[in-house]
Amino acid sequence: MKDILLLMLFPPLAGAFLNGVFGRRYPKALVSAIACGASGLAALFALIGAWNYTRFWSPAALPLRIGTWIRAGAFRADFALYYDRLTLVMTCIVTVVAFLIHLYSRGYMEHEEGYYRFFSYMNLFLFMMLVLVTAGNYPLMFVGWEGVGLCSYLLIGFYFPKKSASDAGKKAFIVTRIGDAGFTVGVALMFWTFGTVSFHSLFPKVALMPAGWDSNALTAICLLLFLGAVGKSAQLPLYVWLPDAMEGPTPVSALIHAATMVTAGVYMVARSNVLYAHAPIALETVAIVGCITAFFAATIAICQNDLKRLLAYSTISQLGYMFLGCGAGLFATGIFHLMTHAFFKSLLFLAAGSVMHAMSGELDMRKMGGLRHKMPVTYWTFFAATLAICGIPGFSGFFSKDEILAAAYNGPLGGPWLYWLGTITAGLTAFYMFRALFMTFHGPSRVPEDLAHHVHESGSKMTGPLIVLAILSVIGGYVSIPSALGGSERFDGYLAPVFFSSEHFLRTTAAHAPSGGWSGLTLMGFSLAFALGGVFAAYWLYLKSPELPARIAERFAAPYRLLVNKYYVDQFYNWLIVRPIRVCSESFLWKRVDAGAIDGGMVEGSGAVTVALGGILRRIYSGNLRSYATWVLLGAVMWIGYILVMR
Amino acid sequence: MVPLSYYLALSAVLFILGTAGFALRRNIITIFMCIELMLNAVNLALIAFSRFLSDLGGQLFVFFVIVVAAAEATVGLAIIIALYRNHESLSVDKLDSMKL
Amino acid sequence: MTGDIIRLFPEIVLGVSGILVILFAPFVPPRRQSLLGWFALFGVVAAGAADALTARDPGLAFGGSVSADSFSVYFIALFLLVAGVTILGSIHYLERENLPAGEFYALILLATLGMALMAAGLDLVLVFLGLELSSLSTYILAGYRRHDKRSNEASLKYFLLGSFATAFFLYGIAFVYGLSGTTNLMTLARRVGAAGGPNRTFAAVALLLIFVGLGFKVSAAPFQIWTPDVYQGAPAPVVAFLSVGPKAAAFAVLLRVFFGPLSEGSHMAFWLLWLSAILTMCLGNLAAIWQSNVKRLLAYSAIAQAGYILVGFAAGSADGRSAVSFYLVTYALMNTGAFLLVAQLAGGGEGRTEIDDYKGLARECPGKAAVLSVLLLSLSGIPTTAGFLGKFYLFRAAVDSHLIALTIIAVLNSVVSVYYYFRLIVVMYMEEGPAAVSTARLPGSLWAALAVSVAGIFYLGIFPSAFLEFARLTSNLLPH
Repeated sequence: MKDILLLMLFPPLAGAFLNGVFGRRYPKALVSAIACGASGLAALFALIGAWNYTRFWSPAALPLRIGTWIRAGAFRADFALYYDRLTLVMTCIVTVVAFLIHLYSRGYMEHEEGYYRFFSYMNLFLFMMLVLVTAGNYPLMFVGWEGVGLCSYLLIGFYFPKKSASDAGKKAFIVTRIGDAGFTVGVALMFWTFGTVSFHSLFPKVALMPAGWDSNALTAICLLLFLGAVGKSAQLPLYVWLPDAMEGPTPVSALIHAATMVTAGVYMVARSNVLYAHAPIALETVAIVGCITAFFAATIAICQNDLKRLLAYSTISQLGYMFLGCGAGLFATGIFHLMTHAFFKSLLFLAAGSVMHAMSGELDMRKMGGLRHKMPVTYWTFFAATLAICGIPGFSGFFSKDEILAAAYNGPLGGPWLYWLGTITAGLTAFYMFRALFMTFHGPSRVPEDLAHHVHESGSKMTGPLIVLAILSVIGGYVSIPSALGGSERFDGYLAPVFFSSEHFLRTTAAHAPSGGWSGLTLMGFSLAFALGGVFAAYWLYLKSPELPARIAERFAAPYRLLVNKYYVDQFYNWLIVRPIRVCSESFLWKRVDAGAIDGGMVEGSGAVTVALGGILRRIYSGNLRSYATWVLLGAVMWIGYILVMR
Repeated sequence: MVPLSYYLALSAVLFILGTAGFALRRNIITIFMCIELMLNAVNLALIAFSRFLSDLGGQLFVFFVIVVAAAEATVGLAIIIALYRNHESLSVDKLDSMKL
Repeated sequence: MTGDIIRLFPEIVLGVSGILVILFAPFVPPRRQSLLGWFALFGVVAAGAADALTARDPGLAFGGSVSADSFSVYFIALFLLVAGVTILGSIHYLERENLPAGEFYALILLATLGMALMAAGLDLVLVFLGLELSSLSTYILAGYRRHDKRSNEASLKYFLLGSFATAFFLYGIAFVYGLSGTTNLMTLARRVGAAGGPNRTFAAVALLLIFVGLGFKVSAAPFQIWTPDVYQGAPAPVVAFLSVGPKAAAFAVLLRVFFGPLSEGSHMAFWLLWLSAILTMCLGNLAAIWQSNVKRLLAYSAIAQAGYILVGFAAGSADGRSAVSFYLVTYALMNTGAFLLVAQLAGGGEGRTEIDDYKGLARECPGKAAVLSVLLLSLSGIPTTAGFLGKFYLFRAAVDSHLIALTIIAVLNSVVSVYYYFRLIVVMYMEEGPAAVSTARLPGSLWAALAVSVAGIFYLGIFPSAFLEFARLTSNLLPH
């Protein structure tokens, strides 16, 4: 098993290395062959690994130690992998989706400069993501966690001569760093509390804690880890980097910012299910943050006109659903949605990329319309994905979203208001997705003259992966037909060995009594009604009477402006954090030019502190030898004085 | 016999004078001589200790210090000459082309 | 006697090859000056072999004034690594700047000899001689660009302040001698152990005076003040050497003195180390933020790095000491590489050292930008690089010694440092060129030097265990 996993990890790393070092001299065909071959091999070995595990080991969790990594006193972190059914599911999703997106990128990036660089980063990303999901302890997971972050910044800033792109890269870096700091502290705290950071020794230790054990430290650990997840998975209040991340090439948005990296937070929470089960306060926080984010991002999405940004907010919202599912205490539902979402959301992005390709980079939906005749494959695949995300019965999103809503209603930590907010969000989702569909593909064409003749269906390199993903988006849900429809929820059952004890523990100890009341079928009916309502509203507003939206916007000017400006969150952060820093640095830049003009009043608040600090530093590092000697002397005299006083 | 503390006090005074001169004087040569003064303060202390401990090691050490001081003078004066050729000044206060 | 010589073999090889280089220099035609470099490198490698030889037969030599033990073997290997990498990286530089090569390599070798004596010496007289030998050599090296005003200024400042600090160090030794009648650390340890030991206050003052002298060399606050001026003005390959070698040597002596026989006084000196660590980190990192010159930025970063090392000192435990040893090696790899690359990029006359000169470098020279990024990432302590693990061990040792406040301040400082390291990376990768720095191909010798740095950074960052065992051996400060 160990060798298979190493064989899975190796090709992407080798591919990244080959392309990164020698790629510039390779022809494009070779670069893409290396990259696609590497990701294809990874997918192949992931599937072989899955088969091998199922045949010989299932359902036991396998800790696989490869070598010693860090050993310092009692602290131990090895190169160790951890393979169980959750890892199996994650490796398969990641490698298969990555492989398809690599194939698609061959066509999409064909005319871009830095072709080799792109594929090198993509392979490196795949490697880091696989490290993240197969890691057997938190420090190693953190390596993958940082690694995918690094690749994400590099790829967001891929078009770096474009200022917005490099700014977006920086923003993603800074914002997620806040979360990562939380993660690091959480792991440190974990080590202090439990004396171990590897999964196979930590989880049993936590699970065997006696009842009534004081779990404050564990709650803190879980909250800190969740802070990391909030940063990485773009939840409130750290979601702001993800919409800007759309500056990167579209395949990147599909792979990193929809299907894989952003779901790392969900995976981490699910992986740590034992910890969270014993820290119900933290788990409840997860559910609440997820639910509010889902709703909040969906409301922003309904007013977006940029296709990729709309999809970005939709991703934030769907990630919120996953956290809601996990937070409600039914982790498998979160992972199930993670899987279906990986299929349909990467499909949406890739289809959007296909549209963008045809439109010479234009993403404003107000300049689209009527594209379905010109781009049939793109249209039908986008349509299938839209039906999936909206939760229309028969499509994958229906099964997974419904499970989450059911979990929100009667999961161990569920509650009616979580359910209702989630259901309303489902309606909003249907509305904005169909709005996007209608504005892009239906109605009269609003394509500018100079672009209109250019619009064409993309080549088979791009449509091929679209079709495969469309098939997956449709059938992906049938692995887990809800019991309400006479199914047996096989996916959840499959993951039960990973989650069962936590879920059972939560059920027995949770403060909430199950909401009971409505049956699964009733709940399903409600959410379906909301979804159809959303579809109908979109149909009415954007196909039937397209003059209405403008009138509504006029009528409800204030809320409309609030939504269009995304609740002014970016502006708020700007005002709160970015501006003071900029003011300081600018004043310093200016002062370096004219050192004589040290003038207090020009910056307020925290600025003044840094100005004063700069003044002190300038006085110390004056460049004058005699003043240097005086400092040395002063230091020596102070130390001696201290010793003489303290004796 | 003069007690040890006298020697040590004199050594300390010399040392402090050296440090003060280093921080106060502007001429590089003078500053350099202040360093020599500090080294000689150390030598005095070493010899006094050596005498009162009846141990030759201290005096041996002094020879090393003298030799090192001579080497230091060679290197130092060479540096000062190189500097003077370029700057045509021996004031340390003019040496602040690099600062924060 | 033969045993004595074998135990001093690395030092002898260094001294002989240093003298040979300077003797050969007049006979080597000006166009073939690089031969001297290769010869000096050969000398370093030979000294490395001699060091390995010493390791097989540890023990005292020359009446107990020299000790060949795991501590000295480790540190001499470190100095040789720095010297070797610096020599490799300077061969092209000296040709480009048209500087005499013979004296340069000879001075590097002699400075390394001095540092080796500091690490191996058990007698404070010998330590003092080693310190002076390495200092005098580096004073000259700092002013090696004789016709450059800044190089003159750097050299003079370094010389005057360095001698000033050395006088304190010497005064401290005189006090130790006065207290115990000996300058040998082993004898001192015995005498301190017996009969209640000497006056504690007196010991503390002596320790402190020694700390002034050595703190100067390691740029510990408030004695760090010369660092930025000297690093900015001195030739960059020299800085690559002097920001690491003498610093590591002074840390080695500090380790032996602080935790060896004078540990009696070091209990009192604990708060001194604690405060000095904080001051060093803060004064380095805060000042680095405002810099626009790369050399000066790296100089402040070097101060901050010394602060992190002092955190390990303040921890005071065996773990802290081995963390210090380990970090010194990672620091040597990162800093030497960074300064050598900066020297090359600065172009003729070292004219291009502003951060803005690096704009768009990644586009024109992806290789150089990638190497510099790796070095900077390691300096800022990003996982999978040696810098991360080095810091991790230091801070963990501090936590284990219950220095929570100090650890928090250190972690915050390293967070601040990410800002300025990344600024350079951002400039290289995300701003429009054309790069003003030299985009000429890297000479092979410099590539080799950088390859050693980068490979070492990743090796120690990913597989530190084996090496850490080695570093742990150095926590035995004195031979038994």
